[in-house]
Amino acid sequence: MSAPGAARPFPEAAREALRDSQLRRNVGKATTTIRAKRAAAVAELPDWEALRAAGSAIKARTMATLPEQLERLEASVTRAGGTVHWARDGAEANAIVAAIAKANGTGEVIKVKSLATDEIDLNDALEREGIHAIETDLAELINQLAGDWSSHILVPAIHRNRAEIRRLFERTIAQGRELSDEPEALTEAARVHLREKFLSVPVAVSGANFGVAETGTIAVFESEGNGRMCTTLPRVLVTVMGIEKVVPEWRDIEVFAQLLPRSSTAERMNPYTSFWTGVRPGDGPEEFHLVLLDNGRTDVLADEVGRQALHCIRCSACLNVCPVYSRTGGQAYGSIYPGPIGAILTPQLRGLDQAPTLPWASSLCGACYEACPVRIDIPTVLVHLRGRVVREVEGKGRGEKAVMQAVARVFGSRRRYETAQKLARLGRGPLGVLGGGAPGLGAWAQARDLPEIPAQTFREWWASREPGDRERGDGGGGSGDAPPAAAGSDRGLGT
Amino acid sequence: MTAARDTVMRRIRDALGPAPAAPEAVPRAYRPAGGPVDFDPVDRFAEVVADYDATVHRVAAADLEDALGRCCRERGATRIAVPPGLPWRVAGVETVADDPPLGARDLDAIDGVLTGCAVAIAQTGTIVLDGAGTSGRRALTLVPDLHLCVVRTDQVLPAVPDAVAAVAPAVREGRPITFVSGPSATADIELNRVQGVHGPRTLDVFLVEG
Repeated sequence: MSAPGAARPFPEAAREALRDSQLRRNVGKATTTIRAKRAAAVAELPDWEALRAAGSAIKARTMATLPEQLERLEASVTRAGGTVHWARDGAEANAIVAAIAKANGTGEVIKVKSLATDEIDLNDALEREGIHAIETDLAELINQLAGDWSSHILVPAIHRNRAEIRRLFERTIAQGRELSDEPEALTEAARVHLREKFLSVPVAVSGANFGVAETGTIAVFESEGNGRMCTTLPRVLVTVMGIEKVVPEWRDIEVFAQLLPRSSTAERMNPYTSFWTGVRPGDGPEEFHLVLLDNGRTDVLADEVGRQALHCIRCSACLNVCPVYSRTGGQAYGSIYPGPIGAILTPQLRGLDQAPTLPWASSLCGACYEACPVRIDIPTVLVHLRGRVVREVEGKGRGEKAVMQAVARVFGSRRRYETAQKLARLGRGPLGVLGGGAPGLGAWAQARDLPEIPAQTFREWWASREPGDRERGDGGGGSGDAPPAAAGSDRGLGT
Repeated sequence: MTAARDTVMRRIRDALGPAPAAPEAVPRAYRPAGGPVDFDPVDRFAEVVADYDATVHRVAAADLEDALGRCCRERGATRIAVPPGLPWRVAGVETVADDPPLGARDLDAIDGVLTGCAVAIAQTGTIVLDGAGTSGRRALTLVPDLHLCVVRTDQVLPAVPDAVAAVAPAVREGRPITFVSGPSATADIELNRVQGVHGPRTLDVFLVEG
């Protein structure tokens, strides 16, 4: 399902999401349930931390040697009978997929759930070319039929309840037949509807969890079997893979096949994982196309701090532990990549000016970093991106930047500082402005309460004491003669 | 085409800079293939597979064919597909060899499929199919609604790294590898686990002393 077009500021979208009590209940239930299950699944492996360290290092190594790994992948896929295509952006990738579908004379393609193809709005692009893309993952099918988009990477229709899904299916795939709202009955309706498509549609489109440079092997991890259907039965298979999904060696799969399922669905292993290498005569598709997609990834790679966002294996563990995500749900992030990982990935992929509020969609509590199976230091990247937004993005950031520069100047000199403190009591000057909500500081000041400006500062109180008191030098520690508001004013701005 | 490739490659090299940092060595301090474990692989495999709502039948080699026949009768399967050259017969059930290869619609109309496997993983309850021998073609274990899978106890490996190493030669040969961990499932509707979406809804595993 396609992502929303123009991104709204996160605070605005989040306010709307928070008013939707059904959404909040469903997302709250989902995140709480998966969080607890994941903790148990992870606790079962005594070498979990060693696996995380290995996963992190494999990804870092891949990024440092990306040209070499992609060349190896291209050579090994080609050797195995596949065709490799390169796409600078989404439009180019979409055109490649559309051309392949047309060359095979089909007006329909079947699709495995894939974030990369959602990112580039493949379905809409194919529709414009007269090709209908059928989503085969149950949740994606629900969202597609409802004209809706994903609220969670892993369970994208978690914002819908069973009664809504029953009405939706009765109206669409069940063609007026009455269904019960038992999940079993709804799933059966989807099975019957899609089975015919699996058996007849000649072209399938998938994403990739990993692409092994050494062997040319592509991996898709899934639960329902729709991934196996799409990668096995059609005559032609097209896989759209972000360039960051390459891993150097087949052996690396031993790490990720342990990290991904436990972090994602909190299972020891997901029901089905398919690994295929080019074309296998007599078994599976006769044609295999791999589309390697940039679409902003090289911009992410150029930022030395931010590039670790490319290590993401799309497990969604960070979503489930995030105090912000577990209340707002995914749609408030205005991107197919929600939650903490989305807050660092979306602004970098689309450009900071396209999503300047997302790096603030976090309390910096660090739970995402703890949960991440490849140890992406999301809080550090968030802070780094906040700095970049202020420095690089015009408009909203400018006021905050100017005020912070003025404050730095004031704090740099005792004379300027003391003058500013006096002015602050009158509600003027650089420090007074901070308390009163400076222009351009709207969001900054909204979420922060500044203390009252005291009638007398600590320095003034110190200077005004009797000479005998000064020699004792007790500074008022516990003696009860400290100036009434001094302690409070110290906390916010520091004296 | 090559223009896109050249541009993407140039962007990557520009992003990494003229002197990219030497790649970090990968620390592999986790349990490697062949490393020790503190559990019995065969018992663990049986437990974990059962946890996925698959049925585990532990049988002696001499009783296997009877057990397969009994299971088919219980499941109402009278006609099942098998990879060519499968060494087991099933008492009282018509077996259809996948030679010449059965079409997807033929497989859709058949009651079930019986296969072996390449190896199995105890810690994750996974059956590993390697697209040859007793594993069969991929479509064979996908389209029918019932999968009977025979696993010899000497095929059960402790953990994921053991299996990844064991199938490495098959991968390098270009054979497809499929990990099957329980029957197909979804939790997409209100997080309720529903067994059986598109793959076989019933999985019977025959764990044979061997």
